[in-house]
Amino acid sequence: MESYIWFIPFLPLLGALINGIFGSALKEKAGLVANVAIFGSFVLAVKAFLAVARGATFNGDLFHWIVAGQFKAAFGVQIDPLSAIMMLVVTGVGFLIHLYSIGYMHGDPGVGRYFAYLNLFVFAMLLLVMGNNLLLLFLGWEGVGLCSYLLIGFWYHKPSAAKAGLKAFIVNRIGDVGFLIGMFLIFTTVGSLAYADIEANVAQLVNAGVLTAACLLLFVGATGKSAQFPLYVWLPDAMEGPTPVSALIHAATMVTAGVYMVARFNFLFSQSATAMAVVTIVGTFTALYAATMALVNNDIKRVLAYSTISQLGYMFIGVGVGAYAAGIFHLMTHAFFKALLFLGAGSVMHALADETNIQKMGGLYHKIKITAITFMVAWLAISGIPPFSGFFSKDEILAKAFAYHPAIWFLGLVGAVLTAFYMSRLVFVTFFGQSRVEPEVEAHIHESPPVMTIPLMVLAVLSAIGGFVGVPAILGGENRFEHFLEPVFVGAEEHLHFAHVPHSLEYGLMLISILAALAGIGLAYGMYIKGSPDPDRLAQRFSGLYKLLYNKYYVDEIYDALVVQPLLSFSRFLWRVVDNGLIDGLVNLTGRLGLLISQVLRRIQTGYVQNYAAVFVVGVLIILAYYLFS
Amino acid sequence: MNVNLTGADFLGILPIIILSGFGVVLMVLSVFSQRFHRMTIPYLGVVGIILALISNFFLIGKDYLAFQNMVRVDWLTVAFNFIFLVTAGLSLLLTTSYSEQEHIEFIEFTPLLLFSTVGMMLMGSAQNLMMIFLGLETMSIALYVMAGFRRNHRESLEAALKYFLLGAFATGFLLYGIALIYGVVGSTSFTAIAQYLNKNALSPDLLFLVGTGLLIVGFGFKVALVPFHMWTPDVYQGSPMPVTAYMAVGAKAAGFAAIVRFFTLSAAQIAYQWVDVLWILAVLTMTVGNVLALVQKDIKRMLAYSSIAHAGYLLVGIVADNDLTVPAVMFYLVAYLLMNLGAFAIALIVSGNQERRTRIEYFKGLAETQPMLALAMAICMVSLAGFPPTIGFMGKFYLFSAALYSGYVWLAIIGVINSLISVYYYIGVVVAMYMHKPVDERRIEQVVPGVGLVVLVAVVGIFIFGIFPGSLAGLFG
Repeated sequence: MESYIWFIPFLPLLGALINGIFGSALKEKAGLVANVAIFGSFVLAVKAFLAVARGATFNGDLFHWIVAGQFKAAFGVQIDPLSAIMMLVVTGVGFLIHLYSIGYMHGDPGVGRYFAYLNLFVFAMLLLVMGNNLLLLFLGWEGVGLCSYLLIGFWYHKPSAAKAGLKAFIVNRIGDVGFLIGMFLIFTTVGSLAYADIEANVAQLVNAGVLTAACLLLFVGATGKSAQFPLYVWLPDAMEGPTPVSALIHAATMVTAGVYMVARFNFLFSQSATAMAVVTIVGTFTALYAATMALVNNDIKRVLAYSTISQLGYMFIGVGVGAYAAGIFHLMTHAFFKALLFLGAGSVMHALADETNIQKMGGLYHKIKITAITFMVAWLAISGIPPFSGFFSKDEILAKAFAYHPAIWFLGLVGAVLTAFYMSRLVFVTFFGQSRVEPEVEAHIHESPPVMTIPLMVLAVLSAIGGFVGVPAILGGENRFEHFLEPVFVGAEEHLHFAHVPHSLEYGLMLISILAALAGIGLAYGMYIKGSPDPDRLAQRFSGLYKLLYNKYYVDEIYDALVVQPLLSFSRFLWRVVDNGLIDGLVNLTGRLGLLISQVLRRIQTGYVQNYAAVFVVGVLIILAYYLFS
Repeated sequence: MNVNLTGADFLGILPIIILSGFGVVLMVLSVFSQRFHRMTIPYLGVVGIILALISNFFLIGKDYLAFQNMVRVDWLTVAFNFIFLVTAGLSLLLTTSYSEQEHIEFIEFTPLLLFSTVGMMLMGSAQNLMMIFLGLETMSIALYVMAGFRRNHRESLEAALKYFLLGAFATGFLLYGIALIYGVVGSTSFTAIAQYLNKNALSPDLLFLVGTGLLIVGFGFKVALVPFHMWTPDVYQGSPMPVTAYMAVGAKAAGFAAIVRFFTLSAAQIAYQWVDVLWILAVLTMTVGNVLALVQKDIKRMLAYSSIAHAGYLLVGIVADNDLTVPAVMFYLVAYLLMNLGAFAIALIVSGNQERRTRIEYFKGLAETQPMLALAMAICMVSLAGFPPTIGFMGKFYLFSAALYSGYVWLAIIGVINSLISVYYYIGVVVAMYMHKPVDERRIEQVVPGVGLVVLVAVVGIFIFGIFPGSLAGLFG
């Protein structure tokens, strides 16, 4: 395995370099370069996956980046079931989105730059999931953050896009501070950042009493990257970027990095009941909270963004209660159906001249059939209708949540109802009912080219059948997904305590969650197809609640008033008084002093040899005096 | 006395033999110089250096004493030989273009440079104070002549005379130090000295300590430690540019070879007696070098003060005196080689005919007229200032972390502050190149391939070892 795994991250890097340097000359061919690069990675990732499936693993260093005494920073990767699955998701879904991008970005003047960023992103994401130490994970973590910033602000001439990029970057930076401190804490306690060393020395962290603190600090980073409460605010704005970017970075891969990180550090988190509880509670709250905001939003991409935040919450419930395999399972199925939803939304926008307001859509089903049907497959998957993939993964999480604490299960169930409702609303309002499309746009509605619809169809197949790899035992399956991942999580099991759930109850829970999904869909059908109860009247009747949701709980405004404005005025104070007065004064003083000393010292440099010799002799005398009189 | 010499003895100094042989032959050939093309002899010199480099590979992995404990053949010998030979080769490439623009016949220059390099290699493989002295003088005498090679320029002659007078002065102290140590130990061999110190580590003879003090003076002069540095700016400025480059890199590396061989490897037992002195010298050297570089208007003088400051950084690694010392110093010597040869090569191109344009103001607007050259110079300056991802940053990282491992926190802090001061004058060159208009109409016609090669090697090395420092540091244990 070691002969080829290095190519998996470096092929996209090569693609990024080629497109970065020659992008403007390659023009439309840039897409080809980028696709070949990531397809190569995908093929090798499949090869690695098959090797792992046969029981092989790999953990080795390519080179040592810095070695200084005890400190060692290695560039090393670890291939085990967890990283193998992540690599498949990143390169597989990533490839489909690259392919789609060829059609979507056709004719954009910055296409070379676009594909360079996109390949660079894949490189960073692969480092993140393949690395065998926290340093490389952090390098990838920051790398994907940078690419995310660059791609959100890809159309930098749009002020809203530039602002959104900045917001994503800054909010993530807040999380990263926590992550970095967590890293420092682990390094100072354990003396290494390699996963293997940390795992072998968990006892040191426990004895030092910093285990919970380390887990929580790392999790602060995860709330930023994976858009959890309270740092989720950047993700809805991130929809300013090109839609395939939203699919790749802000749905399928980058935002799941936090989930991956918690799963990777299962040996840490599972030993701290407090940390696990915090992860679970934050996940549960976010799952529910974000879903409520999706109920009333009219922007097709923003609904999906809130949905992503909510679904990430479910993944955190999974890894938080200790059902790591279930969390990763949902990460994978979510990558399929959410990428599909975003790409479908992109296809709709493509057909409607970049319209994103669903109130100006409607009745599109017959005009863009492939997009509509594939979109509806994803809709059934995310709503949790069997046998689509989302059903299995979400049910697995809810079942484990019930064993952890029934309250978590109940809140998750409420979230599932909301999910089914807002997704159904999105589908009904967009594709069915009367057309509300503006007449001049209406005339040009067309299905997207095959380069865009083929990825939609592949993802639709995956969304439909992807769940079969994890069919639970009570449905006669053997949950192969969980068994595959078992070696990674086996060590954590002894620290986890689940209540026993009898089979009969498990069937009951499953039935309830199917009924919940159907209820959500039914309600939306009534409201948006039949018109009873009338959504507009409901909005008027509960206008306070509606406004609260529509304005996203005013969180952006609250953050602005509580954090941003005070920070800005403090910055202004620092700038005017401290920086201009004190610091600049000091700097100028040092500078003048340096120059002054310089002017004095250079006088000694007379150019006369006898003066030089005299200084020399003074030096000799002082050294001799030191030895003679000490 | 029965002298038995084996093949291993000669293999150990094979690069030295090859280079000496080429030096002698080329000296004889230069008598008939008018019969050859002007460039024949320098290029034959390059061939000699390449052969010596190849022979150096045969020494890899060896570890023995040769010539009755006079010469040590180990990985350090190989590494120092490599540094000296590369420096000599690249400097000779600079000379090829220089003789063209100066209209000086650089005929006997090549043999002199080869002999000087032989002296450096003797210092790098010395296992005896007499060998150090022999190497140091072989190197220096050739350098005195080379410094005065622009015979029709007053500054060049002045540089040669100053260098010679002060060099002879310093040699006196060095020799006196050797004599004192001999008087105490009864031998000048490092092996004997180490044995003596093993027995008397806690109470070495006072005369022995005075002897080491005088060795500090003698080596300190060669590597330009403050206060033995006064010659540096004048000599660097007056010498022909390729000689300045060769002197700045080669002679300094040779001086540090002697310091490593004697202080770090042979006199480690009494480190408590010399680290304090070197601590103070390091602080003085870094600070005076950097502060005086601030006001320089001439690129050669600026680089001279900068080279003083860099000797101070290197001394920080010596003061650390732990397992990281030798790897850190060796890494930094390579870094110093690449950054300085690159900078001098570009300064050579910019200075033009008769070196009339060595003032920093002539770098103004270079980014417009010669963008690639300006970029290369900016890279060298950024590396000298110690920014990542360049080799200059990693070099300082290793040196300062070595100091920190031994608990010299203040020394590391002073080093970092000095690094900060240096940013001012290094970036000053970058500012001149990128943010100002050219001062006059003169344009650089073309870059001679030899010089271009030096610049390319420097820039590529700066990045490769800056991003993958492990690939180089791994070689130094």
